[in-house]
Amino acid sequence: MTENTQNAGGEPILSLRGINKSFGAVHVLKDVGLDAWAGKVTALVGDNGAGKSTFVKGIAGIYAFDSGEYRFEGKTVTVNHPKQSAALGIEVVYQDLALCDNLDVVQNMFLGREMRSGLTLNETAMERRAQETLAGLSVRTLKSVRQKVSSLSGGQRQTVAIAKSVLWNSKLVILDEPTAALGVAQTEQVLQLVRRLADNGLAVILISHNMNDVLRVADSVCALYLGRTAAQIDARSTSTTQIVELITSGRSGDLGLPPALAQEAVA
Amino acid sequence: MTATTVEAPPAPPAPARSQRLRDPAFWADWAALVGLIGLTIVFQALNSTFLSYGNVQSILVAAAILIILSIGQTFTIATGGIDLSVASVMTFAACAFGWAFTQGWALPLCMVLAVVTGLVFGAVNGALIAKGRIPDFVVTLGSLSAASGLALILADGKPTTVISPFLLKFSTRGIGLFGWTFLLAVVIAVITHVVLFNTRFGTHVLAAGGSPEAATATGISTARIKIAVYTVSGVLAGLSGILLVARIGASSPAADTTMTLNTVAAVVLGGVSLLGGRATIVGPVLGALVLTVLVNGLTLVGVSQFYQPLAVGIVVVLAALLMRFQK
Repeated sequence: MTENTQNAGGEPILSLRGINKSFGAVHVLKDVGLDAWAGKVTALVGDNGAGKSTFVKGIAGIYAFDSGEYRFEGKTVTVNHPKQSAALGIEVVYQDLALCDNLDVVQNMFLGREMRSGLTLNETAMERRAQETLAGLSVRTLKSVRQKVSSLSGGQRQTVAIAKSVLWNSKLVILDEPTAALGVAQTEQVLQLVRRLADNGLAVILISHNMNDVLRVADSVCALYLGRTAAQIDARSTSTTQIVELITSGRSGDLGLPPALAQEAVA
Repeated sequence: MTATTVEAPPAPPAPARSQRLRDPAFWADWAALVGLIGLTIVFQALNSTFLSYGNVQSILVAAAILIILSIGQTFTIATGGIDLSVASVMTFAACAFGWAFTQGWALPLCMVLAVVTGLVFGAVNGALIAKGRIPDFVVTLGSLSAASGLALILADGKPTTVISPFLLKFSTRGIGLFGWTFLLAVVIAVITHVVLFNTRFGTHVLAAGGSPEAATATGISTARIKIAVYTVSGVLAGLSGILLVARIGASSPAADTTMTLNTVAAVVLGGVSLLGGRATIVGPVLGALVLTVLVNGLTLVGVSQFYQPLAVGIVVVLAALLMRFQK
């Protein structure tokens, strides 16, 4: 694993090593590792069933890992509950977005963490914070923060979900397939937003199936193959072909899993 | 990269007023108000005493109980549920009031007992729905029967006369056109409006009703919201029990089955979605007024009482049809 981590761009904010997770007899994650850096986009790629979702849910604390080292900001931490990851500054934007269609943008961004003055909601403060956050991400696509989410396009929803995740001074944002259901123009908007998150100093983990997206915005690519980390490589020194090889066979040239391991995983 | 931004396409121009009036969604949103104005015009044309001071006063007083119950119903429907037990709980609370009164309890204590009775029933409803994972209408259908039964048992099937100068004044006096009971209903409407739209609780009620999965993912306990809304409905039913006693000067265990349906009707007329997540307080209040005006007007123009449930039924189904056009 360590020899595959080629892009040592300073201390990673999140560093996972030797992560294992089983569901009953099924060993889903086998010695998985990943690094993510502040100011960088780390893409997490892998075929269906490679363990991406389990891995991310473990990082978020929805599942507890069975073993392995979970280091955040240089310290070993224990994350067994979503509240613990949120307290560390880790936010996850799930594929289904978890937005309430019947509420407006501000209500959604603050849902569950509303600002109050006395007994009632402090609408002005929330509206201002929402606008500031959206402006900080250079989001200009929303007509009004008082729009109902049901009236938004897929790309705008994704934007709101991402803005919601950065509202809480988060340090690491994990995006699960943010462009999966989007058209070309909206994908472009969301990718720009993803890049901007990193440029604003956040660490971003981007889960994606789309190699073009990955190579456009990612600084580092971590490929999972049948529950193992095939390799984590610098995005500038790789190509679509190489990533696809890592995803489909766990190896690419002298990169990736040793032949024995790659074979064993298939068997 | 940071400098580039993706501009939104120019917003479509706001539709002109004439266009808005042709949009069925506009009429669906304002069904209750339109119905209220329409009925007023029709009844006033048929009988000029309809808009007389005395009649308007009596309509407002007659609407008070339905308004309060409908507000409670709004909260349960906003979470995608329904409280079929409101009228029975009100009857039971009234009987509890009557029982305490004959035991010689002081009037304030009798009132507290009525409200607490409603509160307990509502909390049990909510707990069974949220923790027992039983569908809302099954639980509240059960409580409908249970509360009616308890009322009969407690009152031994007989009405209890409650003679209280305070309650008499409360139900017959008021400020000008507005009786005290109607004013109480208005105060409750204002408070619940603020609760629904300006508090964390209200936002969570709408979130839990509109998209329970998203609400849960954000850390909102939908179970607690369910228990809370049924408790609100129960408390308002208990309060209505007091108004009922004040209005008829007695507590009667006789079940008023049409009242529950009328609360649902008022809520539907008020443009509240039965699927949850979309609610107002103004709407159901106007809806309750429409139903009261309808019954009052039909009586005034001499239509047999037997036609009134039919008329209410038609109005509600029409309103529900109109709801399909809501955005």
